[in-house]
Amino acid sequence: MSSKPTNVVIAGLGGQGVIKASDILADVAFSSGVDVKKSELHGMSQRGGSVSSDVRFGERVFSPMVAEGEADFLMVIAPDQIVVNQSALRPGGVLIDPSRIDESALSNKKSINVALLGVLSRHLQFPVEAWIAALQRNLPEKLHEANLQSFHLGRDL
Amino acid sequence: MQSLQQQDVSALLSGDEAVAMAALDAGVKLGTGYPGTPSTEILETFATLGGHAQWAPNEKVALEVGVGVAFAGARALVTMKHVGLNVAADPLFTVAQIRLDGALVIVSADDPGMASSQNEQDNRRYALAACVPMLEPSDSQEAYEFMLRAIEISERWQVPVLLRMTTRVCHSKTIVRRGTVQIPVPHTPHFEHDFPSRVMIPAYAKPAHRRMRKNIADIAAWNDAEGLNQLIPGSSSLGIITSGAAFQYVREAAPEASVLKLGVTYPLPLEKMRAFADSVDLCVVIEEGDPYLVEAARTAGIAVEGKQEMYRFGELNVPRVRRILNDDATPEAKPLPGKPPALCPGCPHRSVYNILKELNCIVAGDIGCYSLGVLPPFEAMDSLVCMGAAIGVGLGLRHSLPPEEAKRVVSVIGDSTFVHSGITGLVEMVYNPPPTGHVLVILDNGTTAMTGMQEHPGTGRTLDHAKTGKVIFEDLARSMGIKNVHVIDPAPAPEKFQQLIQDCLELPELSVVIARRDCLLAARSIREFERCHEQQTD
Repeated sequence: MSSKPTNVVIAGLGGQGVIKASDILADVAFSSGVDVKKSELHGMSQRGGSVSSDVRFGERVFSPMVAEGEADFLMVIAPDQIVVNQSALRPGGVLIDPSRIDESALSNKKSINVALLGVLSRHLQFPVEAWIAALQRNLPEKLHEANLQSFHLGRDL
Repeated sequence: MQSLQQQDVSALLSGDEAVAMAALDAGVKLGTGYPGTPSTEILETFATLGGHAQWAPNEKVALEVGVGVAFAGARALVTMKHVGLNVAADPLFTVAQIRLDGALVIVSADDPGMASSQNEQDNRRYALAACVPMLEPSDSQEAYEFMLRAIEISERWQVPVLLRMTTRVCHSKTIVRRGTVQIPVPHTPHFEHDFPSRVMIPAYAKPAHRRMRKNIADIAAWNDAEGLNQLIPGSSSLGIITSGAAFQYVREAAPEASVLKLGVTYPLPLEKMRAFADSVDLCVVIEEGDPYLVEAARTAGIAVEGKQEMYRFGELNVPRVRRILNDDATPEAKPLPGKPPALCPGCPHRSVYNILKELNCIVAGDIGCYSLGVLPPFEAMDSLVCMGAAIGVGLGLRHSLPPEEAKRVVSVIGDSTFVHSGITGLVEMVYNPPPTGHVLVILDNGTTAMTGMQEHPGTGRTLDHAKTGKVIFEDLARSMGIKNVHVIDPAPAPEKFQQLIQDCLELPELSVVIARRDCLLAARSIREFERCHEQQTD
């Protein structure tokens, strides 16, 4: 049996950039050469409701979904979505919640998702260059500066 | 998407994107379908990659166009969500027995768990009922490869092929290596008369039915001898037969088990399944949805265990597969409810529902974003059955209720849904008008908003937003002889809209009210597309 995959759940509300954040994380893992799967439900969730996205990476990943109580990391963008997603986390798993970020320090408030990725990045083994490259690949150029600032703000906390 | 075009070797793709890439690599001549979660992104991606993709008014028309492509010897891809196959079932059952010259692959994107659907139907039943081979990928790599295999099978046996995806396979992103499957180059399109093969009058359909049964027997033999099945050796005490997304959960929940993963789930490789079941002490079938595999195995006298009835509902996942294997039927913990979706702030449908509620209307509703009118604070939709049902259901209520109640009945339908299957309902309204008359409200927000802002024949723009012919709803209604046709923007003057609806309800006549205002989320893009068209005309 190969080593177990790392499980990350990213949660928030429609429009907060949950999917974008999980796209960036999955891209970091993919470009670092590990197996990766990512899953979420589209459709109704786009209308302002709860959204969550699962990212799993490691030597070999089968299910694209993180099982209840097996997330190593839970990153939540909306404060009121912590309670409903808390059960995703395994005992000893790490909660990355939005209160960790001082919103007034963000040059673009909408980039809190990326700031939280910065916090998450400290816990993962991927090099910072992989994160920066993935951010640049997944965001339009005019947003690069603000998002790099947000990422470093989270990473350097 | 950028990475998708640039990467030749491997990329992280959704199942939908992988099917589109395979269609491109296979030289598919035309992709057509109707938007529906979770299938929508297939054609959008195919167009982005440079393929010829178009939205049809509904799935039946899409499949018929696909049949024509295959009659011309070319390769066709037709996409739809599971309930779309109900609409397309009529051509499906007959084209199944017609000899095709090109390839015809129909994607049925099922939605177990109903992430965004009105029912949980299992379209493996369609493969069996219509006698059409079915392939089921379990991740994006297989979505890519099985799309190519589906084309190969379609051309080898000259039959249509169903590619059944499910929500998790469509929307999960997994790594795809491109170019792993080579298939023959497409034929050059041309036409030759062949009346007995393509004209299904009884004299020709009788031998065609026999040919269809012989074909499927041949494919079953191929599936037993070769097929697209995967045997994973493991423990001799536990063997698992599975397919699709469930395969991934099985591998994680029971890494020690022997596994027979089926790639083609119709016709089944029954002898392979029998030999596998005989090779283990206990053989369990793990499948999402209906007990389709377990029933087929038992009918063939293969000793297998299935799942408890409770696991028929909703999606499977790793913990649920563990429970099935432990024969655990104790109640499952319910997840805490999240924040439900709602009509966007500023959505033009909001004022319509406020007024329908205010007027105490009985609302026969339909499918789209506006289905959210059933939820608080509006609670102003009384029925939702299927695409287009608003009109027929409203008419049935009008015909049956006492006049005082009948007069309160309103049918509400969105613009894309109206084109999809509301037009025949409008014909019914003209042909069999109820004594109290009827009121049809078309919520025209200028886009197929629910599935992510797709164009439709009422927008006058093609899938890739180029200018094309436009169906104008008010002209259509007037041409059918409806005298009271009104176009109104409900948002700026709700009281005017309310008065109009009130007046229409009072009349014992037929009224069509088109509540027209662009979807808030689409408005900017719509203005941009229209500006481009004007520049091109200048």
